[in-house]
Amino acid sequence: METKNIIIVGVGGQGSLLASKLLGYLLLKQGYDVKVSEVHGMSQRGGSVVTYVRFGDRVFSPVVDKGEADFIVSFEILETARWLSYLKPGGQIVTNTQQIDPMPVITGAAEYPAELVEKIKRKGLKIDAMDCLSLAREAGSPKAVNIVLLGRLSHYFDIEDAAWQEALSANVPPKFLELNKKAFALGKSLTQ
Amino acid sequence: MSTDDNNAYGDLDKSKGVVMKELMLGNKAVARGLYEAGVCFVSSYPGTPSTEITEEAVRYDDIYCEWAPNEKVAMESAFGASLAGKRAFCAQKHVGLNVAADPLFTMSYTGVNAGFVVVVADDAGCHSSQNEQDSRHYAIAAKVPMLEPSDSAEALAFTKLAYELSEKYDTPVLLKMCTRVAHSQSIVEPGEREEHTKPYEKNIAKYVMMPGNAKKRHPIVEERTRALTEYAETGPLNRIEKGTGDVGIITCSTSYQYVKEVFGDEAHILKLGMTNPLPVELIRNFAAQVKELYVVEELDSIIEDHVKSLGIQVSGSNLLPRIDEFSQNLIAKAFGRETTSGTALEDAIPPRPPVMCAGCPHRGMFYSLKKRNCTVLGDIGCYTLGAVAPLNTIELTLCMGASIGAAHGFNKMLGKASEGKTVAVIGDSTFMHSGMTGLANVAYNQSNSTIVILDNSITGMTGHQQNPTTGLNIKGEPAGKIDLEALCRAMGFRRIRVVDPYQLAECDTAIKEELAAEEPSIIISRRPCALLKHVKHKPPLAVDPEKCIGCKSCMRIGCPAISMKNGKAVVDATQCVGCNVCSQLCPKQAFSSTAN
Repeated sequence: METKNIIIVGVGGQGSLLASKLLGYLLLKQGYDVKVSEVHGMSQRGGSVVTYVRFGDRVFSPVVDKGEADFIVSFEILETARWLSYLKPGGQIVTNTQQIDPMPVITGAAEYPAELVEKIKRKGLKIDAMDCLSLAREAGSPKAVNIVLLGRLSHYFDIEDAAWQEALSANVPPKFLELNKKAFALGKSLTQ
Repeated sequence: MSTDDNNAYGDLDKSKGVVMKELMLGNKAVARGLYEAGVCFVSSYPGTPSTEITEEAVRYDDIYCEWAPNEKVAMESAFGASLAGKRAFCAQKHVGLNVAADPLFTMSYTGVNAGFVVVVADDAGCHSSQNEQDSRHYAIAAKVPMLEPSDSAEALAFTKLAYELSEKYDTPVLLKMCTRVAHSQSIVEPGEREEHTKPYEKNIAKYVMMPGNAKKRHPIVEERTRALTEYAETGPLNRIEKGTGDVGIITCSTSYQYVKEVFGDEAHILKLGMTNPLPVELIRNFAAQVKELYVVEELDSIIEDHVKSLGIQVSGSNLLPRIDEFSQNLIAKAFGRETTSGTALEDAIPPRPPVMCAGCPHRGMFYSLKKRNCTVLGDIGCYTLGAVAPLNTIELTLCMGASIGAAHGFNKMLGKASEGKTVAVIGDSTFMHSGMTGLANVAYNQSNSTIVILDNSITGMTGHQQNPTTGLNIKGEPAGKIDLEALCRAMGFRRIRVVDPYQLAECDTAIKEELAAEEPSIIISRRPCALLKHVKHKPPLAVDPEKCIGCKSCMRIGCPAISMKNGKAVVDATQCVGCNVCSQLCPKQAFSSTAN
């Protein structure tokens, strides 16, 4: 199998490390060679962050380049736009519609671009956009945005639900498992 | 017992003695290698991208682990453990090795007792660093072997092999990581631990490096390099991967992965796992087998220069940049191969630089320093973000501890013109690391300098490590606690005051009075990092839109939880921790707690 690429993007502190850990675990269990590349340190302080997940028969590079991503999984819509050029032609975007103002917007030095989902659609790109924050709150915590997104992403994978559930159980602290299972189910039950 | 599919990866299936595969961070794989190699002692100072090695090693009960005040102390402590006959280790980032270079260069002469391995983690691309230095120069200059893994499996295997080499060749061994190896997860197969200890024997000629002894050790070092070069020629660390075609590529570390991604089996590859000393005959033989020879290496052209020194024609630097990190597309482009690209929107996408967190205790102090128009000489930590908009306050960031030395020299030269408005700012952990000696200079040579110690009771930037001022050790257990005020008093400072950075008026008065004083002074700006688990947050604030006049006074502190919507300030309740700093800037008392 040709190597498949996922990039997970968002704002530092939003929980992308758990999402990549869970995906890595799941894909390894499916028998793939897997590499995950993360960002630690300064950029985690509210900066733009990206995590790369690659899987296939044999994976070499740990990073994903422009035009290579089969999936962009995004925690925030401006970050979706920022990393858009990483999407492969025909690739799928799964994104939260939440807006978090970056400091240049807060200080008035820049404007937050309007109607990003519409603009991405007009480019003919496949975008599955949803308000993950509301769903995460419904599940019991605004921090479960990452799991809502994974629930949605599971639609695009030919991997049975039991495997996702097992990956959840193995990577989420037991006291938050029910909450996260609910978040996963809410993300999964969405229809476009 | 049957194999249970629900077992976490990495668990031993004890019925078969088979070890399961596990997806593991490069740094965690080094820690696993330490465990399996029988390492007993780890001492490090945190630094991205090396920190997780020590944080993972502490999970093994068989390994004693600690955070040292700085890298030099860590390396000397680990050397002491090796001398005692126990396998020892320390880890640091590239710039950390600058601090620890002094013991390293002479440890090369003394050699070791039990195995001694040092990780240095480079940061090509400056993801979290103040420069992009290439640590391979240290291996050459100190004449010690250097191994470079290219993924997690190699990180584990090379760590174990490094201990064998350390003991066989009687040398410290450098294991060079880089961001993409340290912070990438790939598959490893963990093994079992083996103990290795040696007795300590007094040996003055070997370990006391006074001139007469050092002179006799130097030829031993040169002979060791010759023997290690022989090992590099035939040992398992360097290998040729036969490909098709006429192109041959010599590469190492993460660059190997990019080369494989682009060329697959279409090029012959000489993969170097040992980058000091470099082989000679192996390279000659490889070069003879190919028509076109290239070196692909990040940062400096060390392998390429070596190949050229052998009189072999080679390309590399003429195609590839000597700055920043590589990727598969960068290499494909350099070799004229097809690259991929995607679509972008026409909109300008505003950048999202890192910022001080909502509730960060540094914010109030930086706002106060900006208000007084101070010249702020900074240091290394989260508070370096005091240099970015809208605070734009810090005017210098060099290296760990430099703020105090720089303020001293600055004030000595400018005198009255700067003494009343210049401060050094330094965090508690950075102060313990190398601020204390700078402070001794201020105390001794008496510059009229004001030092602000930003005491957030943790090492923040690297992800919350304990330090000698926190009273807790690496496991979070009670430990010694250095009293900052008492330390400063002992150095002879008379003006030492503690302020709460959440109280802007208190900060302002302290800055005004200490800068006006005709003697050196210390302001300790004390409040724990808002992200610490034990810190209790107040309920978020909310803005009364009726009272808000849209004056943007609250925007001047650059809090990510406050934004303007339809001309009024709005607080993001998911981020706000109720620190109340914004409210002190509001002329209309528009902020109130949501608790009421």
